Amino acid sequence: MRAVYGLYPDPAAAERAMKRLRASGSTLGFDARHICLAASEPLDEFDLGWKDQKTPMPWLAALGGLIGGTSGYFLVSLTQRAYPLPTGNMPIVALWPTGIVVYEMTMLGAILTTFISLLVSARLPHWSKGVYDPAVSEGKILVGVVNPSQATHDELVKTLREAGAEEVKDFPSS
Amino acid sequence: MAAHSPEKLNEDVLRPLVRTSWRFYLTGGILASIVLAALAAFIYQVYTGIGVSGLDRPVFWGFYITNFVFWIGISHAGTLISAILRLTDARWRRPVTRCAEAITVFALLIGGMFPIIHLGRPYLFFWLFPYPSERGIWPNFHSPLLWDAFAISTYLTGSSIFLYLPTIPDFALVRDKAQGWRKKFYGFLSLGWTGTPKQWHRLEMAMRIMAVVILPVAVSVHTIVSWDFAMAPVPMWHSTVFGPYFVAGAIFSGIAALIIAMAILRKAFHLEEYLTPFHFDKLGKLLLMMSLVWAYFIIAERLTVWYGNESPEMAVYWSTQQGRFTHLFWFMVICNLAVPFLILSIKQFRNTITGPVIASTTVVIGMWIERFLIIVPPLERKYLPYSWGTYRPSWVEITITAGTFAAMALLYMIFSKLVPIISVWEMKLGWQQEGEVPRAVASQAPLPQLAPRADLPAAGN
Repeated sequence: MRAVYGLYPDPAAAERAMKRLRASGSTLGFDARHICLAASEPLDEFDLGWKDQKTPMPWLAALGGLIGGTSGYFLVSLTQRAYPLPTGNMPIVALWPTGIVVYEMTMLGAILTTFISLLVSARLPHWSKGVYDPAVSEGKILVGVVNPSQATHDELVKTLREAGAEEVKDFPSS
Repeated sequence: MAAHSPEKLNEDVLRPLVRTSWRFYLTGGILASIVLAALAAFIYQVYTGIGVSGLDRPVFWGFYITNFVFWIGISHAGTLISAILRLTDARWRRPVTRCAEAITVFALLIGGMFPIIHLGRPYLFFWLFPYPSERGIWPNFHSPLLWDAFAISTYLTGSSIFLYLPTIPDFALVRDKAQGWRKKFYGFLSLGWTGTPKQWHRLEMAMRIMAVVILPVAVSVHTIVSWDFAMAPVPMWHSTVFGPYFVAGAIFSGIAALIIAMAILRKAFHLEEYLTPFHFDKLGKLLLMMSLVWAYFIIAERLTVWYGNESPEMAVYWSTQQGRFTHLFWFMVICNLAVPFLILSIKQFRNTITGPVIASTTVVIGMWIERFLIIVPPLERKYLPYSWGTYRPSWVEITITAGTFAAMALLYMIFSKLVPIISVWEMKLGWQQEGEVPRAVASQAPLPQLAPRADLPAAGN
């Protein structure tokens, strides 16, 4: 993967760069999907691509809970029938104990599904890092374009710089 | 409006990870010695038999189960408090949450050991797991002790994930600043985090879901611990109030533990700028409220027992009011109600570090005693007097108990050397939202002169 990116000192400058890239994408031969961004904190209040993101994570968590709860029910009911304990004519599979285990397993299912769906949808772990610069940890905001056309490289660098980039770099660095 | 510096925050929070003073090694050495002594005592108990403890007819639940209930209660410091504060978007929570979440994980680990320590043959604890075996036996799902296993496992899993998720961006921060083995270590823990919009969005969504899910789990855990007692027909255990009473007590002791941990971290790592009297004031108010809630439950429980006037319950009741536990009972009331009320209801005391710490210390002591008084007196005075007895802890139990407090402190020390103890990105986010970061001001400075371009939208679009 190749990229050209600028490092911006604050969210407002990054937002400006983002707008310029979106506006000049058709001229420079890329679209919004090629624009990359990295920041050391979420920037929800700025128009940087955070907004309007949809994810089925809450539904997946609910589904995970359902699967967990169902597993819990079968764990308790089937195995208690397979290994019946003397209960003095009381039900072998009793409502309340079953309900408690089902409840805990439901929650466990939801928790594990949330964790797994985070890893999958955020593409983690991602050991071979994508476009990134350690300056992001210093608070800089990285805005760039992935796999830009060589023909428009200089124009892209100019656009990023004009938007207020403190530095413009190539990835991987040459 | 205070001006905060993200660079200084990085420096202040990451400093403990790379610099270690001789005091750290000295304190760690002392704590490790106590833990080793406890380990030796435990090995001695396993080798010799459970008879070396003070557990004997009719009291088979003593210090060990007291510790179990106590530490599970302390575990409510973190995840529960953190989740509530996250859901209510309490902004003052930001420097506090990670300290709290770490307490939960370590307290659960320690608390979860006690049912095993308490077993006569601890090496057979795996019989609790439901798996087919040639023994042809199966765990009894009707037993609250098995519910404990499910509840604590779920809570430990959830709390560990709840602690880990928001540390991923901070691990990435350390990775970028570290060298050598630390770079590899934090690179591994950060999972290759780069901070793309999608990653941030998913992380925040996951944290919201986790905060919603973990709350009922936390409540269920201590409710189920209370049912270990309330499901048994033992005088003063078989009570409908035990569930909420235990949950309230857990939150109460959890907040106290959090205040103490924060004060120590603040002093040890020079985090005065981030853990301020303001935070102690807020937590002090919560502690005061929970002190009153705790007192309400104590009164509700004792009044109904006294009014019912049933002989078996009154025997237990009087053993704590006029018998051998009287001094302990009133000392508990002083620790859990009188001292916190006197200190925390006065703003001048509450709005300091010392006031809430003194109150919290007495609360932690008082809550341990409370757990002991819930467990031991009813077993000593169970129904007919011919079965009554007296419990006295042995040196083995006392050593193991001391060891767990040392283990908690040691684990917390090691954690604070490996993980940024304050969530850096959440602090920065808070400053950004409150407009307190200098660079937000810098963003209003004019940019370099831009060449006019026809293809750009008008400003403000």
